[in-house]
Amino acid sequence: MQQKIPFYLLVILLICLGLGSAVYRHINLEIPWLPGETREVWSVEARVEFTALGEPVIAQMAIPETQQGFTLLEQSTASPGFGLSYLTEENIPAVRWSTQDAAGKQVLYYRAQFLLDAQQQRPWPDAPQVLAAPILSETTALVAERLIEQARLQSADQITMAAQLLNILQSDDQQVQLLLQDRSVEEAAMLLMQLAAIPARQVTALRLKNSRRNQDSRAYLMVYDTVHDVETEDQRVAFFNLATGKEGRPQRLLIWELGDRPLIDLEGGRNTRISFSMQRDVAPVQQALEQKYADVSAMQISLHSLPLEEQKLFRGLLLIPVGVMMVMLMRVLVGLRTSGTFMPVLIALALMQTALGAGLAGFVLLVVSGLVVRSYLSRLNLLLVARISAVIIIVILLTATFSVLAYNLRIVEGLNIIFFPMIIIAWTIERMSLLWEEEGGGEVMKQGGGSLLVALLAYVVMSNQYVQHLTFNFPGLQLVLLALVLLLGSYTGYRLIELFRFNALHGRNRNAAK
Amino acid sequence: MSWFISPRKLREQGVLGMNQRNIEYISGYNDRRLFPLVDDKLKTKQLAMSAGLTVPPLVGVVEYQHQVNSIGELLKSQDAFCIKPSKGSGGKGILVIHDHDDQSYFKPNNQALTLADIKRHTSNILAGLFSLGGQPDKAIIEYLIHFDESFANYSYEGVPDIRIIVFKGFPVMAMMRLSTAASDGKANLHQGAVGVGIDIVSGKASYAIQHDRPVAKHPDTGMLLSDICIEGWPGLLNMAARCYEMSGLGYLGVDIVLDARQGPMLLELNARPGLAIQIANNQGLLKRFDAISALEDVHMPPEQRVDFVQRSFSA
Ligand SMILES: Nc1ncnc2c1ncn2[C@@H]1O[C@H](COP(=O)(O)OP(=O)(O)O)[C@@H](O)[C@H]1O
Ligand SMILES: [Mg+2]
Repeated sequence: MQQKIPFYLLVILLICLGLGSAVYRHINLEIPWLPGETREVWSVEARVEFTALGEPVIAQMAIPETQQGFTLLEQSTASPGFGLSYLTEENIPAVRWSTQDAAGKQVLYYRAQFLLDAQQQRPWPDAPQVLAAPILSETTALVAERLIEQARLQSADQITMAAQLLNILQSDDQQVQLLLQDRSVEEAAMLLMQLAAIPARQVTALRLKNSRRNQDSRAYLMVYDTVHDVETEDQRVAFFNLATGKEGRPQRLLIWELGDRPLIDLEGGRNTRISFSMQRDVAPVQQALEQKYADVSAMQISLHSLPLEEQKLFRGLLLIPVGVMMVMLMRVLVGLRTSGTFMPVLIALALMQTALGAGLAGFVLLVVSGLVVRSYLSRLNLLLVARISAVIIIVILLTATFSVLAYNLRIVEGLNIIFFPMIIIAWTIERMSLLWEEEGGGEVMKQGGGSLLVALLAYVVMSNQYVQHLTFNFPGLQLVLLALVLLLGSYTGYRLIELFRFNALHGRNRNAAK
Repeated sequence: MSWFISPRKLREQGVLGMNQRNIEYISGYNDRRLFPLVDDKLKTKQLAMSAGLTVPPLVGVVEYQHQVNSIGELLKSQDAFCIKPSKGSGGKGILVIHDHDDQSYFKPNNQALTLADIKRHTSNILAGLFSLGGQPDKAIIEYLIHFDESFANYSYEGVPDIRIIVFKGFPVMAMMRLSTAASDGKANLHQGAVGVGIDIVSGKASYAIQHDRPVAKHPDTGMLLSDICIEGWPGLLNMAARCYEMSGLGYLGVDIVLDARQGPMLLELNARPGLAIQIANNQGLLKRFDAISALEDVHMPPEQRVDFVQRSFSA
């Protein structure tokens, strides 16, 4: 019992490690437990149109970046004849097109792909400095003063105060009209913020709606609450739609630019017009995450970072332990005998490459015809190595023949027969034919049937999409499998078939009989 | 009678299961280092001879392919012999020839083989066709055991052998295996041989099975199996007990044959003895193992161990 304790500790440790790493990946890399989950990926395109004046052109447009709720996956431009550079100016990312000379109508495209990503919590840029308000006429200053006073009375902090101010701006109040006489709502809002010393940005945003073209951007006011939460450094922000004065950020509101600047800065052209179009794609989580984590640190590296070909390989490799586990279950708990311990796993792997029915038919066909040929070989008095080699060659020939036949008969699945491990099949044929010679067809059926049954079971489990999803995305679960194998390997209870085998041992008390 | 027996009942009967056998007894009492001694019949034979036990005399060993060609010369001197793979198991690759005239070699069922057949069989053995894991092997040619007259009617075309399970040097359970037409002259139970449980104290038959189910008579000869009684039983037990010191294996299956001329001979040792002996004796092994494990001092000479067994395990 004493040496059992470290053993169980090891098993528990393995299980904890395995489950722990799976939970870690689930939480930190957002890999879902179940397959089939999807995410929205938005393609947003900005179309810049202008008339060039026939002189050097420089067009610089602010571009969006990863922000709360959105992760930037990739971006591209289409602008024939223009030089292109990405830059960051005062923390605001931008794209700049330039050319020596251009005349007439020009169209530039910028396209970005965003993952709609509730997990994305990148903080907003810090609150801007509150600039000194411009010099105002006396009446305007007085009106503004009064409005701010009124709002201050009805608010608790900077954000509620901003809400009050924007609310007031929407009303038909005479004073408000006076204020709006020679400035737009946006300008008036910014002015009030400055006068009230509320840090705020005027930002350009896009409402993402599926399959829209020719959309205009919207002006939002982003208000910071700097008075609160100074210690926690947790800045609160609120968004206000400047057109309606309403507070709140709709779920699919992409902030395109937050630099208090015009979207585009154009030299050498006029009649600029920017319009947006957007398109939603539903991508499987895997693919979306792959792009999201395409370049993160080694700690979080997953098999997704491998080239597709290798990924496929690993998908298969990581399933093998599951198959092996099934074989162990069948042997240790049930007591089924198979010819060649892990041959069923190999058959199952081959079946996964082929369609099930065609695969099984192909396998049985190969083995049976191999047996027929082998029975002739056994009369030739050959050495074992020579015989196995001969069987391998024949198996390959048979495979080729069947493939060609199947192809010409338009049975496409027939081609998949080449996925069977030839050498293994050759050995299987050799063993079965020996078994046949020595113990008769019954035993061949028993062991062959046992192997096929276990192979089928392994196939069913290995081709299950949940199993595939879990093994590939949570490699740590292999440790759990390892722990289970260790446990199974130390199981000393009876096997299922022993309950039948020892059935004849129904109680006979020998001591009493004496 | 129901189809199966509940695990609880099996445990009550002290039946040893396959998993428990593998983990607790084979790995627990048999040092892996010692396996080659018993897995190689030639080594076992040499070991047994140096320990002073009787074994079927060795006619010759074929080790290399080129020796196969001269096998005819070797066999000339013997009118009856047995060829077997040194590392075989379960009766695989054993060829018994009970008569020959240099042209035809006769199996016990009087099927005739040619010298070419014998050569092919021998090279198959060398190539490892019958050995564990397909490793290259040696072919052993052995003196043919002539079985004791008293068993003439109990065995069909083959030599019966006696399997004794030896635990820590104590012979705990015994069974006689009789070949049948179904088992093709080999005394291996899974091929259809009859297993007769032998009372460890008296050497008399206590129970019998074929294919894991009780039988009363030999299926081919019709002889009543319960009449079987082995002469000189204590001698066999002693022989089995001595195999413990010789092999060092704590959980051991000893196979003994009774030769009409030379008495009991040690045929082979087995480090992974099967479990059917429990069915043949209608009794589980575990209770006897436990009785021996409960002993404070197991360091006794073989005779004392046999004594102990005959005192404690009376039927
Ligand atoms: N020398 C022999 N003479 C006659 N029969 C033999 C001889 N050796 C083996 N046999 C027969 O073959 C059977 C199996 O032999 P054994 O040496 O135990 O090999 P295995 O390890 O394959 O069981 C024996 O039970 C016996 O019936
Ligand atoms: Mg044997």
